[in-house]
Amino acid sequence: MIELRDVHKRFGSHEVLKGITASVTKGEVVCIIGPSGSGKSTILRCINGLESYEAGDISIEGARVDRNAASIVAIRTQVSMVFQRFNLFPHRTALENVIEGPVFVKKEPRAQALERGRALLAQVGLADKADAHPPQLSGGQQQRVAIARALAMQPRAILFDEPTSALDPELVGEVLSVMRKLAEAGMTMVVVTHEMGFAREVADRVLFIDGGVIVEQGPAKTVLNQPQHARTQDFLRRVLHPM
Amino acid sequence: MERFVGDAAEFVPILMHGVALTIIVTLGSLLLSTLLGLIWALMRVSGIAPLSWASAAIINLIRGIPIIVLLFYLYFVMPDLGITLTALQAAILGLGIAYSAYQAENFRAGIEAIDKGQVEAAQAIGMGWWLTMRRVVLPQAVRIVLPPYGNIMIMMLKDSSQASTITVAELALQGKLIASSTFKNTSVFTLVALMYLTMSIPLILLVRHFEKRAGHK
Repeated sequence: MIELRDVHKRFGSHEVLKGITASVTKGEVVCIIGPSGSGKSTILRCINGLESYEAGDISIEGARVDRNAASIVAIRTQVSMVFQRFNLFPHRTALENVIEGPVFVKKEPRAQALERGRALLAQVGLADKADAHPPQLSGGQQQRVAIARALAMQPRAILFDEPTSALDPELVGEVLSVMRKLAEAGMTMVVVTHEMGFAREVADRVLFIDGGVIVEQGPAKTVLNQPQHARTQDFLRRVLHPM
Repeated sequence: MERFVGDAAEFVPILMHGVALTIIVTLGSLLLSTLLGLIWALMRVSGIAPLSWASAAIINLIRGIPIIVLLFYLYFVMPDLGITLTALQAAILGLGIAYSAYQAENFRAGIEAIDKGQVEAAQAIGMGWWLTMRRVVLPQAVRIVLPPYGNIMIMMLKDSSQASTITVAELALQGKLIASSTFKNTSVFTLVALMYLTMSIPLILLVRHFEKRAGHK
């Protein structure tokens, strides 16, 4: 359902993506791993049009992603995004954050959105935090609200941009477990992450990106347990055994 | 002192007519400057080059002309172009336009202070530019913008006295008229100063309140 064909992207003179070709099928969980600055997040940001790309094609269920076209709004309501730094709206409560998109973008009746919003907060284990404002919540709770906000759009896929990187270590688990449940329920997910344990257990496929190209890809266990390329091996050694 | 109290009893009722006009000029131009300032600021951050460029040009033009000249222009020159304004209309229009430049810069600073992640989160749930502004950026920018906004209100209250130069009989002109007919300069201008101060104090307290609220979020 998500197709990338020979995608190139540059920031000024620096080429971040040098021809990315990949696809994600419905219900699949794909983890993107790689060193920082390798272009992982840029891929996600191109998929929902937060960044433009110069060459190649990205399409979602056949619709081309073009951040300057009117069609981008429809695409964004189908592909949600969860950010590294949560990016919740601090002036609104958790519940208001969740219903913001449904009510103001999708024009869902408020009462219905509220009901769904409460159910979604319950689903991520935050039924009792509906009226809390983001600054009153821990990082893990904020990220779970952000996931509920993404789910509220009833998306066909969710993009996760390093969803646990900004969290204290003891809060990572609660977010990953919500994501694992989503994956088990059949949600299509593309996850940029440094959590190799999550990738190994939850991902169907892993892409290893370095220097703006896909160096290696395949089933999660193969790539993570028997990497073929020297760069993948080197990266995994440094991530798994930092000392 | 006794003489001052006697003068006050005599002049305050007359000066109150001036106070009424001062308040009308201040409120009218405050409203206009806020509206125009918001338009200039939104044009500036629109990301559309011609709008942004036009906004910058307008702001610089307005900033480069003294308020008093702007008032003279509206009141004395516009009739030559076939547009006749009453003194009060010209005063509100002139002060409103003059201050819209400062309002715009304040609003722009507030909008630009909002974290880029907020805009991206709004876009990611399918919000367009205007919805993002209305639902996400502006409500958060208000907190940042309010303390300087309060200061602008105080400045506008005092600068409304410039309307006296185009015959609006607000507080300053009312005072000058009484003083020149009674020669009681000390009493009259002390009263005028005290009355401006009395009107400013609630605004000063309001600014302090805004600052406290912006301080802890």
